[in-house]
Amino acid sequence: MTTLRIDVPYMARVEGEGALNIIVEDGEIKHLELNIFEPPRFFEAFLRGRHFMEAPDITARICGICPVAYQMSSSHAIEKILDVQISPEIRALRRLLYCAEWIESHALHIYLLHAPDFLGYESAISMAADPALRPAVEMGLRMKKIGNDLLALIGGREIHPLSPTVGGFYRAPTRKELLALKPELEWGLEASIKTVAWTATLDFPDFEPDYELVSLRHPDEYPMNEGRVVSNLGLDIPMEAFEEHFIDDHVPHSNAVHVYHRDHGSYLTGPLARLNLNLDKLTPLAKQALEETGHQFPSRNPFKSIVARAVEVVLAYEEALRIIDAYVRPEPSRIEAEPKAGWGCHITEAPRGMLYHRYELDDQGLILSCRIDAPTAQNLKRMEDDLWAFVPQVLALPHDEATLRCEQLVRNYDPCISCATHFLKLNVVEK
Amino acid sequence: MKAPKRKIKPEKRTKPKLAVIKFTSCDGCQLSLLDAEDALLDVADAVEIAYFVEARDRRLPGPYDVTLVEGSISMPEHIEQIQEIREQSKFLIAIGACATAGGIQALRNWRNVDDFVRMVYAHPEYIDTLEKSTPISEYVQVDFELRGCPINKYQLLDVVTSLLIGKQPRTPTYSVCMECKRRGTPCVMVSKGVPCLGPVTQAGCNAICPSVNRGCFGCYGPMEAPNTESLGQHLLDIGAAPDEVVRLFRNFSGYAEDFRLASDAFEEMMA
Repeated sequence: MTTLRIDVPYMARVEGEGALNIIVEDGEIKHLELNIFEPPRFFEAFLRGRHFMEAPDITARICGICPVAYQMSSSHAIEKILDVQISPEIRALRRLLYCAEWIESHALHIYLLHAPDFLGYESAISMAADPALRPAVEMGLRMKKIGNDLLALIGGREIHPLSPTVGGFYRAPTRKELLALKPELEWGLEASIKTVAWTATLDFPDFEPDYELVSLRHPDEYPMNEGRVVSNLGLDIPMEAFEEHFIDDHVPHSNAVHVYHRDHGSYLTGPLARLNLNLDKLTPLAKQALEETGHQFPSRNPFKSIVARAVEVVLAYEEALRIIDAYVRPEPSRIEAEPKAGWGCHITEAPRGMLYHRYELDDQGLILSCRIDAPTAQNLKRMEDDLWAFVPQVLALPHDEATLRCEQLVRNYDPCISCATHFLKLNVVEK
Repeated sequence: MKAPKRKIKPEKRTKPKLAVIKFTSCDGCQLSLLDAEDALLDVADAVEIAYFVEARDRRLPGPYDVTLVEGSISMPEHIEQIQEIREQSKFLIAIGACATAGGIQALRNWRNVDDFVRMVYAHPEYIDTLEKSTPISEYVQVDFELRGCPINKYQLLDVVTSLLIGKQPRTPTYSVCMECKRRGTPCVMVSKGVPCLGPVTQAGCNAICPSVNRGCFGCYGPMEAPNTESLGQHLLDIGAAPDEVVRLFRNFSGYAEDFRLASDAFEEMMA
């Protein structure tokens, strides 16, 4: 009997703590687990009794890499409960803030976390030690820094911004402050176009599983803060129907919840799904950069998510420049919200995919209950299904290479395990 | 805060070894190192990044000259792990509110964790967690604490650089008010009546919140010898509700002793 055992006790270059355990005997997978040992933090429990104005600040702490996503989904959900209508100027500034987060998060993943897999390095630190690759790492870091600088200007700081809140921003930047960032953003746009071309030259394993791709879709723009939930299998529902279609599951080998589609099981959310479902909404240069890759899209090859991420960086730079050119400082920067009892939910597109928040408030504005589904929690089941389909392809490879390919497959998702682990819940029972 | 008089002398011909370790956290503080884009490659040239799972596959065994520890201790296995890390580290720095005060997840310390687990989880039997989320210093000696939720990346670089040149790292222990004065930000509490923890919170963030028209909510934890009683009373005087005062103290650094005692005292007042 030949046995292949793939055992990665603590996976590198992902956010948070996860392990991969696969046992194959005589060509048959006997055991396959993406084991999430990231400690739970009980956010949904201790949010109860907190004031709605605290939700964006507290939920931001779920993730140091995509705090803006948490601030956006929570703010929108609470605004729906309290009947707060934000102005078009605030809406534009939120989109600009999201562009900044997409840029810093995607650039981090493309250059520092994912590229080493394709180029045969253990890290970007080792890549940078190679004179031939150091310029690429430096370019990635500068692209990321521009996103962070924009984020810090609008949000107050890069990690856990403090200006975005329910109803808008505690302070909106001036037009002059934003215009000062334009030269760097223009450089970033050029660099991101080069990045797309470079990702297109990478070597992609031949692998196209039969996915259900799920993302937001908006009639006028590439989705970030608004839209309906759609899929390539014909799903088209309002955000409010999310919980009817998407179910949480708690599995024993994981400290994270698995979310699956009631009708079709696992599904894919994130850049590859968004791009496939919104090709017609790309900005002009992003569209052109994608076409010039020669890669056929829609594509269901998860290894090509690095291309999708790079195309979204072009889009984010392009959108950022457009929004800054048209920027009118919101006055007021924040619409005051009065407490009111009710229920509301919202989804925005975090860098890693759809982020669902639902809150119930009492008449004092205190949180009675909430549910949060992070993108990675939605993708976990899909990652395992991918591995089931992919492992037979790597059996002939040397053990180290087979292991690395499986890790790479997981890293295609840019998993944020810290996010996924704080939502262990099912059948929430009130005491 | 007083740090012990230990110094790191880089050994001859070898670069000092740096380790980055995570416990219960959001990854944001270790991300601060990757967010120091301009300095990251210089840091990588100056020190051997020996253990940093978020950034690299390669892991070198200890001992480490400098270990940055992010996150709180909240799981049974963490206790043994942090003791092992302590043994392997010449200079151990706790980074961020989770590692220095237990973090936002320490809000569970005011509740019975078993009730909490049962209330939230479908299968409580899958979950094994400590009763409390606590700072690193609860279990091992910590050589330096870098505050913040998240930490300030410039403070982080300053601390690491200090150690590399054999200097005792220092961060200010005065309050956020000093930073507002230095920036020329008008006091939000005096001018707008906005509740603000600035007078009792340690500086380090450069007083960002008041600069965007909101009160400080205590990301950097209590300053040295804060007068929380007087501030809390003042917040009530300017119209804050008692439960609002409790929530303000009981936040990201809420389990730090001075803030913990303050929130408990004002909660008792409400009862």
